[in-house]
Order: sequence, then structure tokens, then C-alpha cells
Amino acid sequence: MLTLQYVPYHEIQDLSSIGRIRKLLNMVAKENKIVLLEGRLKREEEAELIKATMEEINHSFKGIELAVINPSTQGSVIFGKFRSNLFNMLLGDRQGFTIIGPASVVKNIKKDPDKLQLLLSENRRKRKR
Amino acid sequence: MIIKVFRSYLKRIFDGLFKKKANIKLGLYGSPNAGKSTLANRITKDWLGQEMSVVSNIPHETRDINLKEGVEIRKGGKKLTFNLVDTPGIATKIDYEDFLKFKLNSKEAKQRAKEATKGVIESIKWLDNMDCVLFVLDSTANPYSQINITLIGNLAARNIPVLIAANKTDLKKSNIKKIEAAFPQYKVIGISAERGDNIEELYDALFKVLK
Repeated sequence: MLTLQYVPYHEIQDLSSIGRIRKLLNMVAKENKIVLLEGRLKREEEAELIKATMEEINHSFKGIELAVINPSTQGSVIFGKFRSNLFNMLLGDRQGFTIIGPASVVKNIKKDPDKLQLLLSENRRKRKR
Repeated sequence: MIIKVFRSYLKRIFDGLFKKKANIKLGLYGSPNAGKSTLANRITKDWLGQEMSVVSNIPHETRDINLKEGVEIRKGGKKLTFNLVDTPGIATKIDYEDFLKFKLNSKEAKQRAKEATKGVIESIKWLDNMDCVLFVLDSTANPYSQINITLIGNLAARNIPVLIAANKTDLKKSNIKKIEAAFPQYKVIGISAERGDNIEELYDALFKVLK
């Protein structure tokens, strides 16, 4: 069975960077869940997540598929920047959402500015946003 | 982590004030098979007369950090010296079974996967040491991959200057406009590291970024 776990931002808000990464990675690597996180990790935490993922790789866990959807980065450069700054001021890292799935379940996440496709390796289902 | 980034930022400012230009570290970063090692070889062959990395079509061929010190390029009476760092490609997943498709046996594939995971960790660790990054993208692939966005965003957060080399322009599917649209805030130079196409423009851009 495939489980999609929604994680509201307040659940990670007060955790340390390592705590956030461990919490999310445990759900993906240990519980084999696809995580839908409200908002996003900090830029440095995203790189640390990749590093931590590599440390977890073994015969059953092959890594993750990751996508961050940030609506404020869309649109023209000037307007996009203005909107991004406004969103940042109001919402911080709460804006958008992040999808993290085990690579054994999520074969690929195709991302274009205006659509997101999750290609699942188990039953080849395709979801579109 | 924020303290670590702040420290790294201060170190860069301090180093920038007192460090000799010869100590500049120029990192080649990107996904596996983007052509980082081919570009590293092109640069060192052009200016040192020798190659520095092993290249193959099997992903994760570079699994250790390769450093070539004292690369000196000259353009129009100007000189630029840096240490070139060829890094293992960064990925979010590594499955040894993917290597079996390249006729590696199971033992070799598992070993390669193990080394590749360590390589990714090293690449990320080395981000802290870079003064400038030449981000190599395969111009035939979708630039909106999360690895590209995460790494370039991470470099921006660390205040490390980035120049994008859109590689493989000799291939039909190459689409530089898509890369420029994906990263409008960065200078994008289309090149073919294998054939040396437009490599002079890349050197000109390096002078501007590393001045």
C-alpha cells in the first residue's frame, strides 16, 4: 500500500535542521512513505537532506525523489522577484510545498514551471497537478 | 547550520581580502553525466597540456574529488590562476542495478554505487571550500530538475558566484533558451566540452566572474 503523509509546517518549525531532516528522511527511508510537506526546507537543509540520504542508502533504500514547488518563483523576473520577496516576508519557508518520496516507489518527479508529474514505479500510475 | 553558513560567508570575505588569487578554488558541479570531467579535461588540456579526469558514459565515473592546482589561463594580456576542482555528480538516488545496464557485474556495480554515495557526500562537503562554481548542465536535459535548483539555490545562499555552462550544444536536442529561462539570474554559456565549441567565451566569462 502506498501512503502519502502530509506534514504541516508547524510540525517541523521548532526542530533543529538535523531534527527536520531526520524526521522527514525517517518517514521516507524507514516507513516507505511519500511525504508532502507544507512549505520547504531551508536551502542549506535541502543539500544536507541529500547528504543524509546518501548515508542511508543500502540494499533496500535506493535514495529519494525530491521536488519543491514554489509558486512565487513563477512569472516574469521582475514581478516574480517582487512576489517572491512579498511571500517570503509574509510566509517565510511556509510557502509552496515539498514532495519527498522513496526512489523505489517514486520513479521520477517531472517538474516544469506549471506542472508536476509523479511517475510511480509500482503500478505506473501517473498523477498530474 | 545557519552559524556554519555565516562562518563560511565571513571566511570568504576574510579570504577575499588577504588570499592570493592563486588560491582561488573553482569547482565544477552538476548532475552525473553533465560533462564536468570532460570540461575539466578541456580546461587543463588547453592550459596545462594534460587531462585531469577519467571520462566514460557510465554515470558516476568521477567518485572522488579531483583537484588540479595552478591552472593559469591568459586572455588579452590578462592572467587568471585557480585551482580546478572536478567533483562527483550530485544525485538524490543511487541504485547499483542501474550500473548493470552498462555491463558491470553485480560486485562491480555494488562497489560503484557505494563509492558514488560517498562521492556525493564529498561534493556537498566541498561546497564550503569553493570561491566560485562553474555549474555544468546537460543542455539536452530538463533544467528544472530538483538537483539543479537545490544546488544553485544553495550556492546563492552561500554567496558563492556561479557561472552556468550549458554543455552538449553539439547535440540536436540541446536547448540553451530553456536553461536561460530556468535560471534568468545567472550568466549561461552554451558550450560543447567535447568539441571545444564556444570555450573561448566561457574563458572570457570566467575572467569576469573571478576578477
